[in-house]
Amino acid sequence: MNYRWNWGILLQEPYWSWIWSGLEWTLLISLGSWIVALAVGTLFGIARTVTNRAVRAVADLYVGVFRNIPPLVQLFLWYSVFPEVLPEAVGLWVKRDMPSPQFVTASVAIGLFMAARVAEQVRAGIDAAGLHLMPAALATGLRPWQAYRLIVLPLGLRTIIKPLTSEFLITVKMSSISLTIGVLELTAESRHIENYTFQGFEAFGVATILYLLLGLAVTAIMGLVDRWFGGDRLRRAAP
Amino acid sequence: MSDFDWAIVWREWPFLAQGLALSALLVVVATAGGLVLGGGLALMRQSSRAWLATPAASYVTVMRSLPLVLVLFWFYFLVPLALGHPVGALASALVAFVLFEAAFYCEIIRAGIASVRVGQTQAALATGMRQAQVFRLIVGPQALRAMVPLLMNQIIIVFQDTSLVYVVALRDFMTAASVVADRDGRPTEMYTVIAVVYLAICFSASKAVEIYQKGHAR
Repeated sequence: MNYRWNWGILLQEPYWSWIWSGLEWTLLISLGSWIVALAVGTLFGIARTVTNRAVRAVADLYVGVFRNIPPLVQLFLWYSVFPEVLPEAVGLWVKRDMPSPQFVTASVAIGLFMAARVAEQVRAGIDAAGLHLMPAALATGLRPWQAYRLIVLPLGLRTIIKPLTSEFLITVKMSSISLTIGVLELTAESRHIENYTFQGFEAFGVATILYLLLGLAVTAIMGLVDRWFGGDRLRRAAP
Repeated sequence: MSDFDWAIVWREWPFLAQGLALSALLVVVATAGGLVLGGGLALMRQSSRAWLATPAASYVTVMRSLPLVLVLFWFYFLVPLALGHPVGALASALVAFVLFEAAFYCEIIRAGIASVRVGQTQAALATGMRQAQVFRLIVGPQALRAMVPLLMNQIIIVFQDTSLVYVVALRDFMTAASVVADRDGRPTEMYTVIAVVYLAICFSASKAVEIYQKGHAR
C-alpha cells in the first residue's frame, strides 16, 4: 500500500472553503430537518395518545408509512415525483423557483421521515411518564382535557428530551443523503476533494472528525436542554 | 393520470427484480457478517481488560457516529488501496456494510446480555457451573430471546439502508429504479412503485415484530 500523505492539502484553497461550506450545509440541513421532525413528530406523537380513534388511526398511518419507506426513496419522491403530481405551475415553482429548492426539499423529506421516529418517542414518553398520572389529575377536579394539557403532556414531553438525543444524531447523519439531489454538504465535499486530489484519507478523515465533533456537540446541547427542563430529575422520580 | 405509463413497471420488472435480489444479498451478508463481528465486539466490550474493551468501544462509537454514505465512500476508496488492485463497487459495499452494521449488532447483543439480571449469573455460578456453561445454558438463551425483536428491527433498517448503495452506483432495487427513471424519463412511475414495494415489505416485517413482541411479552 503506497500512499503519499498530505494533510496540508486540507488547508489549501479551494479545499479549505469546500469543507467549510460542506459543514455549513450539513448544519443547515440537520437543523432544518430537525425542526420539521420535532414539529410534525410531536403533533403526530400526541395524536397517537388521544382517545379519539380517528385521530389515532391517522397518526398511526403516518408513522407506519413514513417509517417503512427508505429515507432515500422518500427524498426522491419529494424531489422528482411530488412536483410532477402538482398542478404544473406549482410543480415548477417547487422544483425550480422556490428559494434553494434542494435544501428545502432535503429538509422536508428528512424531517418528515424523522418525524415518524420522533412521534414514536413522544408517544412512548407520554404513555410511560404521563398517562398514569391521569387518574390523580382527574381526582383533583381537572377536566380530562385540562388534566391532559396541564399534567400529562408537560411531564410526558419533558422525559423524552434525553431519548430524542439519538434521534437528533440520526438526523445529522441522515443529512448526508441530501448529496443525492445535489446538496454539497460535508460528505459530498469530502468526496469532491478526494476526486480532485486522490487524498482520500485526508478528505474522508476530516469529514469523519467533523461528524464526531458534531455528534459530541449535539449530545452536549441536548444534555443541557434536558437539564434545563428538569427531564433527568423527572426520569429518576418516575416509577 | 393519463400521462403516466404504468406498463413500464411490468416491462422493467426483471431488471428491478435483479436489483431487489442485490438488496437482499446485501442484507444477508451485512447481517451474517455483522452478527459475527458484532458478537466479537460485544465480547471484547464485556471484557475487564482495557486493551480489549477500549478499542471495541471506540470502534462502535465511531461507526455509530458516521453517516453510512460516508462509510460507503471510505471503503470504496480504501478497499482497492488495501488490496492493491481495483475491485468492484459490490466488494467494497459488502465490506462497508459488514463493518458498519457490526457496530449496531454489537449494541443489540450487549443490550440482550444486559437484560438478563446479574443475579441469574451469580446463582448459576453458585450451583457450580463454569463461566462458559453459565453463558451457554443460562444467560445466552434468555439474552437471545430478548434480542430477537431488536434484531428483526435492525434487519428492517439494514434493508432500508441498502438503498444507499446508490451513491456508489451499485444496482440495488432503488438504483435500478433510478436507472430506468432517468433513462425513460419516468420518475413518477418508478419511484412510486418501489416506494410501495419497500413499504409492503418493511410494513409487514414491522407488524411481524410487533406480533412476536406481544406473544413473548415478559
